[in-house]
Amino acid sequence: MQDWYPLWLSLRVATTATLIAASLGVGFAYLLAKGRFRGRGLLEAVVTLPIVLPPTVLGYYLLTTLGVNSPIGRAWEDLTGSPLVFTIPAAVIAASVSALPFVVRTARAALEEVDPRLEAVARIAGHPEWRVAASVTLPAARRGITAGIALGFARALGDFGATVMVAGNIPGRTQTLPIAVFDAVQAGDQATARTGSLLLAGVAVVALLVVTQTASRRA
Amino acid sequence: MTALTVDATITAGTFTVTAAFEAGTGVTALFGPSGSGKSVTLAAIAGLLRPTTGVIRIGDQTVADPREGVHVRTQDRRIGMVFQHAALLPHRSPLDNVALAAPGPSRSARRARATEWLERVGASHLATSPTRTLSGGEQQRIALARSLVADPSVLLLDEPFSALDGPTRIQLRDLVAALVADQGLTAVLVTHDLADITDLADRVVRYTPGRTHDTIDAGPGGLDLHRLERGLEE
Repeated sequence: MQDWYPLWLSLRVATTATLIAASLGVGFAYLLAKGRFRGRGLLEAVVTLPIVLPPTVLGYYLLTTLGVNSPIGRAWEDLTGSPLVFTIPAAVIAASVSALPFVVRTARAALEEVDPRLEAVARIAGHPEWRVAASVTLPAARRGITAGIALGFARALGDFGATVMVAGNIPGRTQTLPIAVFDAVQAGDQATARTGSLLLAGVAVVALLVVTQTASRRA
Repeated sequence: MTALTVDATITAGTFTVTAAFEAGTGVTALFGPSGSGKSVTLAAIAGLLRPTTGVIRIGDQTVADPREGVHVRTQDRRIGMVFQHAALLPHRSPLDNVALAAPGPSRSARRARATEWLERVGASHLATSPTRTLSGGEQQRIALARSLVADPSVLLLDEPFSALDGPTRIQLRDLVAALVADQGLTAVLVTHDLADITDLADRVVRYTPGRTHDTIDAGPGGLDLHRLERGLEE
């Protein structure tokens, strides 16, 4: 593989997307695990949707939401002077949305497993709810949260369908590694396809190792 | 002064208990078979559950009175609580577990207070041990220090000895007795172990399933065990 740009871009996009998905995802997970409010079921369905939707369909909806005729797309263009779609930020959004449900579901399960007596003790000690969350609930669930973030990173790095829909396939600009692999296969460039696939598979294996390691340490 | 007054009906899921008793200085034991509602009563005193009717008062403050819309948050009730299992934060040292509950203007002040309490429960040597490696008895000592470090008005003990082996149980019981006497504490102890009663209790609130039956005070010669075991089957 001569051109390393797709790998570099993929790592940048996936890292930024993981940061976004982690902050939003842990927040949503906390709400779903601890909150009792109307619309909880709907919120859960919406944040899970990216897992079950075909990536191209997810991409289509993102394209409609972020496109030049949408309120978000127009606001972005007013602010920056250029459209949002077919840019690196659009790729980041696609990867964040794809990664979000993995963070939410894994973190939520871990948060629900936290012994309610630990939280009760903190309340009895006089801590306000935000401190109960910060000093008890989140640290006690940190392994599950880490596992969710690792899965989310792997998913963000590997996204193809949603990314290609909203960010396109512009070599040297928005072509991430999974898209470059697709292009290489189409062009009969076996060497590039092999190297790109190997790199992506390697990262996925490392992410899964992180997940299984943290899970087994909990047991 | 009566430190604690409970006259309330509390519902937890499909289970309902009606409890009426008063507790002053010393140990008040809530005694009765499993599932009679003792722990549910304790949770309501702590504010972890809300009564459906009635009143709970700590000192001269009403902390729960649903008819008047009163529900003081757990955080504001000034209670200490020890569960059957110590419920220590596994990712914090024993000292930090106690310090997290300690009052004080700074981290060092809170740690100093926590250190003092670890000493009082005979656990100074465990201050920085990995929390996961502590034995059940050691963990309960830490939990006891944590429950008392903020100088609570009422100490709630929910079967704190029942998961411990025989000798450890006796040591912990002696420790609680000494602390209650030294500090002039008001403690409420949930138990179904008669030995807890004979060793610790100044008065006993007897429970039948779903309600309190009566209160027996210890006379000058201690508790009348015959009376305690009588009259609950009828």
